[in-house]
Formats: sequence, structure tokens, C-alpha cells
Amino acid sequence: MSTTQRIRVTVNGEAHEREVEPRLTLSEFLRHELRLGGTHVGCEHGICGACNVMIDGRVARSCLTLAVQVDGAQVTTVEGLRDRETGALHPIQQAFIDAHGLQCGFCTPGFLMSTLELLRDNPAPSDDQIRHALGGNLCRCTGYQSILAAVRLAAARLQPH
Amino acid sequence: MKPAAFDYLAPSTLAEAVALLARYEREGTDVKIIAGGQSLMPMLAMRVARPELLIDLRRIPGLDALHEEAGQIVIGAMVSKRCAEDSALIRDRQPLFHAATQLVAHLQIRNRGSVGGSFAHADPASEYPAVALVLDMEMKAVGSAGERVIPAADFFVTYMTTSLAPTEILTEVRMPVMPAGTGWAIKEISRRRGDLALAGVAVTLRLGGGVCRETRMAAFGVNPTAVRLTAGEDALNGQPPDPAVFARAAAAAANALHEPMSCIHASSEYRRHLVKTLAERCLAQAVERAGRSAA
Ligand SMILES: Cc1cc2nc3c(=O)[nH]c(=O)nc-3n(C[C@H](O)[C@H](O)[C@H](O)COP(=O)(O)OP(=O)(O)OC[C@H]3O[C@@H](n4cnc5c(N)ncnc54)[C@H](O)[C@@H]3O)c2cc1C
Ligand code: FES
Ligand code: FES
Repeated sequence: MSTTQRIRVTVNGEAHEREVEPRLTLSEFLRHELRLGGTHVGCEHGICGACNVMIDGRVARSCLTLAVQVDGAQVTTVEGLRDRETGALHPIQQAFIDAHGLQCGFCTPGFLMSTLELLRDNPAPSDDQIRHALGGNLCRCTGYQSILAAVRLAAARLQPH
Repeated sequence: MKPAAFDYLAPSTLAEAVALLARYEREGTDVKIIAGGQSLMPMLAMRVARPELLIDLRRIPGLDALHEEAGQIVIGAMVSKRCAEDSALIRDRQPLFHAATQLVAHLQIRNRGSVGGSFAHADPASEYPAVALVLDMEMKAVGSAGERVIPAADFFVTYMTTSLAPTEILTEVRMPVMPAGTGWAIKEISRRRGDLALAGVAVTLRLGGGVCRETRMAAFGVNPTAVRLTAGEDALNGQPPDPAVFARAAAAAANALHEPMSCIHASSEYRRHLVKTLAERCLAQAVERAGRSAA
């Protein structure tokens, strides 16, 4: 049967070392081993985007990544978005609240992580670029228009004045 | 945990990976290579694949190289689709491959999914195999008997099957730089942006002496592998670039297809219809680009 492996992963700036089964996905590692429940799991096969996290600076599906594959990597989850000193929400999170970019909130962590990468790489995206970057995230509640508005608002607030 | 249990190794050299594959093949262990995992992980989760051992290529140096060499663009198998998409070399020197890459899945999948993984996976609805046929791409494979180069026309065997031996690793894919004056296009219909295509068409062609020349056309999403649309190519070559000719060539291409596959989202007849419509639109766009690039 399968042999467990020792991995070292930095999650939201904190180093963790664990013994894991190779078949453990990163989403399961985050939720069950590290008790970080913010990363949601919808489809578990890459379609919905609820499980998106940042791996070494790129947003990826944590359900399509094995924990053993991120040995040595830096992972950021939705829990890592808050300001560590003040505890204040990230401007993207605040914009989702202010623009009603969520209803039930199940999809939100994934949208936040996709938006984080988008606005880092392209601080002033067009609507089409926003749609393109978020095309891999599904939401059953909002109808997406308020999510677009939230991303526009976040982009405007994050612009250097 | 949805996948069945397996062991996992991440060798740090290509030689080590090749030796491991050969050894476990001899011992009768069911081994699978894992690259980005973006196709394999869903298969493991659904238990369509139940390997006893995964060999991860992520630590092998050199498989993430991307460069131009003697008129060819060489992409290491482990280059992520996101890197290929962001590469100025690919965007400027092989725009068809660049456009195809942007049609593959979503950004978050392209961030991890490798270029090589798509070729090895050989999904009939993937954009890459069709582009490989159009561009005469070559695949380099390394196994315990050494390395070999496989032309695209011999690489894709059938539905999710390539001519790679189970003990071979795809190490790079190569394609010619697009010659100046070439027109190109790739178009697909999918249910949502980023989904695998219901059908798609890729084209390159050149104009000369008032007629179309050197047309290469392939369809994806319709048969067990991507297919060259030679009937359409023949109907276009030597003809003037006008809409009536595009319509005729597109119809010839679609009519000559082997019975396209059928699923709840698209019947065989609908797929054939899509190939005709997409081929016609691709030809018009490719001719326009050829004209612009010659001007
Ligand atoms: C939601 C979603 C949408 C998608 N949409 C598209 C799409 O529109 N178009 C498209 O083309 N693809 C699509 N894909 C598939 C995606 O592009 C995969 O990334 C790609 O097919 C496989 O690349 P990978 O690196 O993830 O390979 P893996 O999943 O790791 O491997 C895939 C297969 O290839 C084998 N393999 C991988 N690398 C090698 C190698 N170097 N040598 C030998 N064998 C190897 C593995 O053993 C496995 O059998 C989609 C996937 C998802 C989840
Ligand atoms: S849970 Fe990972 S994409 Fe849906
Ligand atoms: S807010 Fe409910 S799924 Fe998006």
C-alpha cells in the first residue's frame, strides 16, 4: 500500500511540516490537516474554482494538486488575505462586501484568489479581461454582474492615487 | 480522499525517471507519469485511472526550457501553458500556437497544466493536436533505449492514446517559426469559455499569384484524434481567395469527415455542421491575415 511522505509547506507565511498520504489533495491538506476551512471544495475535478489558492504566486486548483506536489512551495489561501498586523480585510474582500459580490459565499474564496492574481498582473483590467480571468469560477447565486462590479471597485481602490 | 491509494516518487533527473519507469514496467507495477495533474487528477478522483505509483516530473531540470533553435521553437514538456501564453517568443513567432494556448481551459488550469501533458493526454477535443498537425510539429521522447523524435502525424493514435511507450517520457515539442506571409486562424465552439470544444478548426495558408497555396487545415473535437481536412485543403489550393471558394472548401472538408462523435451536447450532424461553419470563418480570417502580413 502507499507509503506516507514528509512534506514542508509554507501556508500564509507559516511553515508546516506533515506526514501525508500521496493521494491527499492540497484542498484536503489545507482543510483537514491545517484546519483552514476557507478554501471551499465544490466539484473536486477542476470545474468550479471554489478551491482556488495561490501556489508560488500563481492561482491554481487545490483539488487538482496533490499535497506532495507542493512540498517546498509557498501557498496562500483566503485566510492569508487579511492584513496580518491590523486584521483588516483585504481591499478585494472589502470590495466584494461593498458591491454585493457574494450571496451565499460558497464560491467567494475562489473568486477572491482569482481576483488577487488578476489585479496583481493587471491593475486596471477591462471588463473583458475580468470576465476572462474569472471564467474558471462558477457562482450559482449572484448572476456574476455584482462580482464584476466588485472587481472593478477593488481595482479602483487599489490604484495608486 | 477520492483517488485510490498510490505511491509517489519525484525523481530529480531524467535518467532516474526513465530508469524507474523501466524498472516498474518490468515488475508489472501500474505506473503513471504526473505533470501538472490537470487531466490526471480528475481521472484519479473518478477512479477512471487507478495507478499504483505516480512518477512526478516536477523536479527534473531542463524540462521547463523554452527557446528558439535553428528556425524552430522548442518547448520543454513541463513548461506551463501559462508560461507559453506569456512568452513573447511564442506570441510573436508562432501566433497560431499562442492563440491555441489561450483557448485551452481557464487561466487557473493553464497556470499548472503543462504543454507536454496536453500532447501526452491526447484528448480528441484539445486544440493542441490539431495545431500540431497543421504545423507539422515534432515530439521528442526519451526512454531507456534512448531518444526519438515523433512527427505529429504519427504521434496521435486514437482517443487519449499516443505512440509513446509506457516507459517513455515526452521531453519537448518542437514547431517551426511561422514564415512571414502566412495566414492563420483557430476557432472553436464550446459550451462555456474554457470548456473543451464541441468542435474546432485550425488553419494556415499562404497567398501567391492571386491564389491560395499551401493550405493546412485540421479539425478537433469530432473524431477520436484531431484530423487533417485534406479535402478542404485540396478544394482551396490554387483557387482565388473569395468567399464562395471558402464556402465550397469548408463544405468539402466537412463532407469528407468520418462520422463525427455524438454526445448529449452535440450530435454527429451538428458537429459536422460546426466544422463547416468554423472552417469557412477560419479561411476568411487566415486569408485576411495573410494579406496583411504580406502588405
Ligand atoms: C476544467 C478543465 C478544462 C479543460 N479544458 C481544456 C481545453 O479546453 N483544451 C485542452 O486541450 N485541455 C483542457 N483541459 C486539460 C488541461 O489542459 C490539462 O492540463 C492537460 O490536458 C494535461 O496537462 P497536465 O500537465 O496537467 O498533465 P497531467 O494531468 O499531469 O497528465 C495527463 C496525462 O499525460 C501523461 N503525461 C503528462 N506529461 C507527460 C510526459 N512529459 N511524458 C509522458 N506522459 C506524460 C500523464 O501520465 C497523464 O496520462 C482542461 C482541464 C480542466 C480541468
Ligand atoms: S473544487 Fe476544485 S475546481 Fe471545484
Ligand atoms: S455566492 Fe453563492 S455560489 Fe456564488
